[in-house]
Amino acid sequence: MLESYVPLLIFVLIVLGLIGALVTLSFVLGPNKPHKSKLAPYESGIVTDTPAHKRLSVRFYLTAMLFIIFDVESVFFYPWAVIMRQLKWFGLIEMFVFMGILLIALAHIWRKGGLDWD
Amino acid sequence: MTALYNDPVGHWVVVTVAIAVLLFVVLTATAYTVWFERVALGRIQRRPGPNRVGPFGLMQLAADGVKLAFKESFIPAKTDKVLYVIAPTIAVAAAFLSWAVIPIGLWYNVQYWIADINIGVLLIFAFSSLNVYAILLGGYSSNNKYSLLGGLRSAAQLISYEIALGLSLVPTFMIVGSLRLRDIVDYTVHWGPYTGPIPLVLVTPIGFVIYLMAAVAETNRAPFDLPEAEQELIGGFLTEYSGLKFVMYYLAEYINMITVSALAALLFFGGWYLWFVPPVLAFVAKVIFFLFLYIWLRGTLPRLRYDMLMRLGWKVLMPLAIANIIVTGIVLVAVQG
Repeated sequence: MLESYVPLLIFVLIVLGLIGALVTLSFVLGPNKPHKSKLAPYESGIVTDTPAHKRLSVRFYLTAMLFIIFDVESVFFYPWAVIMRQLKWFGLIEMFVFMGILLIALAHIWRKGGLDWD
Repeated sequence: MTALYNDPVGHWVVVTVAIAVLLFVVLTATAYTVWFERVALGRIQRRPGPNRVGPFGLMQLAADGVKLAFKESFIPAKTDKVLYVIAPTIAVAAAFLSWAVIPIGLWYNVQYWIADINIGVLLIFAFSSLNVYAILLGGYSSNNKYSLLGGLRSAAQLISYEIALGLSLVPTFMIVGSLRLRDIVDYTVHWGPYTGPIPLVLVTPIGFVIYLMAAVAETNRAPFDLPEAEQELIGGFLTEYSGLKFVMYYLAEYINMITVSALAALLFFGGWYLWFVPPVLAFVAKVIFFLFLYIWLRGTLPRLRYDMLMRLGWKVLMPLAIANIIVTGIVLVAVQG
């Protein structure tokens, strides 16, 4: 069972090596002639006067929270989906209860305008 | 070969060589996907596309690769240097690692894979989710307003469509009863006189449509390419990247494109099974078909507005995917009795 993950581990190590080589090459190859205006952030050629990290729209935070709620719930579908044919009606109805709670939450967020982007 | 494979040390030598071959094949396929896209887009726009370097422009990517490798890959001032370097490596690592569990049909009953794991599809989702970090950190560390906005937009888009993507495949798992990609391809039906594998799109057409749309959004491709909307955000999170670090992001995007095309072929179109066509040809043909579909979309459709994109993900695709699960569940249990 666990042996089937060993090739994956080897694969991870090889990929990490490949990436390490790419990063190293990105520093080794090519010229290195820094210049003040070259290192400045490129914002359509306009001279930058304010820092880039400012306050952000709260919408992004809201989307991230909704993602946590619904994505974690959707992962619960996976183990059920694999054995739902053995569980028959019992498993199906149990899952519908779970889904019902999820859908009520979705309807509530929808009605409150949590899914609107303007 | 069998003796070497059964030898305790030789076994891991075989595995390592197999991984090296896979990486080489994926990298080469990626290079030619870029060529294919540029030529196909050129034809759509009634221009020839790259045709100067080598026959039919086939060496264009080698020339571009060498050029980009020898370009200056500097780190702009006031960036978060560690995050700035790590971000593109996460993108490439996530893109490559998905290929560990994707089986490639070589011949009848001969398949090629790195790790045969019973949670295959879940692992692919886990790795592809890491892409959010790559884009968000790349945008955050660049110290550029456009990069930051592009990164944030992209993160919100990726996580919104990830839910629809994950839910769209649940009916497939319900029918097959396994998350292992090999089992899904080998799923056998007994329909009257016919006994054998079928393209699962026949049983879950809605799941396929949701998957296709969500997959385009997940790979940041047109018409959902808002993170790189060049008219408003220059290059989005890519703006401050140059040389090989830019190549890493680019490479990741195209590897992801091939990954979702291969997944579409494996999950919905019977993988390496296609009538009398040899398995490896059938598999490659299906992947190329989906790659062409991607390029066709990019050449045809205008970009969506951001609020439309979020509305489509949350208010259309997600409820549709949940409804699809409910209907499939009822039908499956009712038919089974």
